Amino acid sequence: MNSYLLGTFRAKFPDATLETHAFRGDETVTIKKEALALAAAWLRDDLGFDFLMDLTAVDYLPREPRFELVCHLYSSKHNYRLRLKCPVGAEDPQVDSLTGVWSGANWFEREVYDMFGLKFRGHPDLRRILMYDGFEGYPLRKDYPLKKRQPRIAHRD
Amino acid sequence: MGLETVFGHSYLTTRLDEAVNWGRKYSFFQYPFVTACCGMEFMSVWASTYDIARFGAEYPRFSPRQADVLFVVGTVNEKLAPVLKRVYDQMCEPKWVVSFGVCATSGGFYDNYATVQGIDKIIPVDIYIPGCPPRPEAVLDALVKLQEKVARESVLDRKYK
Amino acid sequence: METKKQELPKNWTLENLEDGRLVLNMGPSHPAMHGIVRVLLTVQGERVVDSDVEIGYLHRGFEKTCENVTYNQCVPYTDRLNYVSPFINNVGFALTVEKLMGIETPARCQYIRVIMSELSRLTDHLTCLGANAMELGGFTVYFYLINAREALYRLTDSAAGGRVTPAYTRVGGLSRDLPPDFKKNTAEVLKTVRRNLADADALLTRNRIFYDRLRGTGHISKEDAVALSFTGPVLRSTGVPLDARKATPYLVYDRFDFDIPVGSEGDNYDRYLVRMEEMRQSMRIVEQALAQLPEGPVNHPDYGVILPPKEEVYGNIEALMAHFKLTFEGVKPPKGEVYQAVEGGNGEVGFYLVSDGSGNPWRLRVRPPCFPLTGGLSQMIKGAYIADIVSTFGQVNMIGGELER
Repeated sequence: MNSYLLGTFRAKFPDATLETHAFRGDETVTIKKEALALAAAWLRDDLGFDFLMDLTAVDYLPREPRFELVCHLYSSKHNYRLRLKCPVGAEDPQVDSLTGVWSGANWFEREVYDMFGLKFRGHPDLRRILMYDGFEGYPLRKDYPLKKRQPRIAHRD
Repeated sequence: MGLETVFGHSYLTTRLDEAVNWGRKYSFFQYPFVTACCGMEFMSVWASTYDIARFGAEYPRFSPRQADVLFVVGTVNEKLAPVLKRVYDQMCEPKWVVSFGVCATSGGFYDNYATVQGIDKIIPVDIYIPGCPPRPEAVLDALVKLQEKVARESVLDRKYK
Repeated sequence: METKKQELPKNWTLENLEDGRLVLNMGPSHPAMHGIVRVLLTVQGERVVDSDVEIGYLHRGFEKTCENVTYNQCVPYTDRLNYVSPFINNVGFALTVEKLMGIETPARCQYIRVIMSELSRLTDHLTCLGANAMELGGFTVYFYLINAREALYRLTDSAAGGRVTPAYTRVGGLSRDLPPDFKKNTAEVLKTVRRNLADADALLTRNRIFYDRLRGTGHISKEDAVALSFTGPVLRSTGVPLDARKATPYLVYDRFDFDIPVGSEGDNYDRYLVRMEEMRQSMRIVEQALAQLPEGPVNHPDYGVILPPKEEVYGNIEALMAHFKLTFEGVKPPKGEVYQAVEGGNGEVGFYLVSDGSGNPWRLRVRPPCFPLTGGLSQMIKGAYIADIVSTFGQVNMIGGELER
């Protein structure tokens, strides 16, 4: 099953697949960001990955491409997990939204936008979720200082 | 501005203080501003084992206008700070603030872009309770300390507008 | 300084409001919202037409903070994710780092972790149902259930030294072994819990008012729940028997006999029943685990992973050096990334860890089960009465620390 899933994926998307590996039992596929929505829809419909368990991003500063979008998928039918990643460059931090494939992606993508500043094309309501309007910068980026606060009201002395 | 200010610091006002403070300290109406983990211990203080009702402070008012004591229970972050300030401003005098747990007191071990380093950056605080979260015994101890503090106040202290 | 104005979603301008509709604000500090969340409602009479849930009032930078501390220093932060079931987060985090390092803890440690996780699940469900009952007017039930929780807190306190925030696990083991009379005490505590649960059951399950306020409210279909990434009791109430303890067993869960309760309607009443049954199953697991509990060490034998015992540190140079290195630099897992899921009180708690080989995590992401649940809240309360929000919100069991981290 191990190589079968990754092999099937490579066969289906030979050009878009950048890398596949399995580390400590976690099977991972890295694809080009253009193919993300297409691959996601195929994984859901044909391979039965009905759950988008998690969607997040990682900032690999100073590496280029700087960001990586990470989705954890789960198939309740086959009881199987897959990690789907795609690199996103800093100069054009845009990816296709997965809200059309899994409606649960809505808030996950808002959080990634809020924390990393990645934009999702086709997202119905992309705005900050954890931080507030008027907050500048994206806190989980590696170049955002840990203790840089942006108060909404003046602090007492 | 009441009649008592006419008498100044005299026998009449000290007798009045005692009567008023006795009433105030045994019937705190609290506003639980519960945000985080400390809320779990706050629930324990409320429940039968520790029973805050023994101290006359069990009655929560969820309208700030009807509350005497603001319990800030848990972490306050920058997003929540205006809300806290607003709740405090809406409370009528006399009012007291209890900072419940280290996050409310000093930010605790959350020292980053999101958190306020203690609610005293936002509003004045009367009693700080240490602990992450404080044990119920510590909360009851703080309540008794607040009662002692209230007992020392004079009706002339607070500036009624 | 002016408070920065909160921007509303696009379709929320007052001009777009149809006749007879009204915008109503609930929260962030609201008596029936245990936790701080703000719900903006458009209502027509008493019916909710549309809603927008706003969160972030307890965002305290967990993920960023963890990137700046060593692995074992992350453990206390994980306590405060889902602070109603802290042990499960501890265990999930420890398992993730251990998976990345490719090590396995001794059997006794695994059993203790299971026991503590299940006791945590009990406190989680007790708090959820107690608070829910209180909000719906059943104050007595709250006292019964919190009384049971109090007994559990004392028990976990005796083992881990903390009531709410125990920080019990370490990478490769536990902070300490169980106290000597733990077995006996657990049996007594479970008796208390069972008695209190029976009381609550008698007061709630066939109570006309409670039933009417839960049955049929907060309904969600199986397909929607799956598409919205729901997990835990809310998903199981729709009839999907997904539980990480059965589906992808971790620790020693495959050695116990327990059932996964599922509902059929996908409404609040089913969620209530699922939670009640889960507590009984948790107690079954605890009893089986205590009966099977093996003797032996609780920590991984390698001093590169876990702090050596104090007498070793004072008496031998290798242990002293290991102690020094572990304290200052922390454990250093190899480069790589792993995802580990455990079944939390509200559903799948997943830890995604990226390591660059240093003593601090490069990225630690938590998949909070509340997050998709709260994201789906709008859908669950659409068309319902305003009063139903309280019961639905209570059964979603939003925990701020985990939702917003």
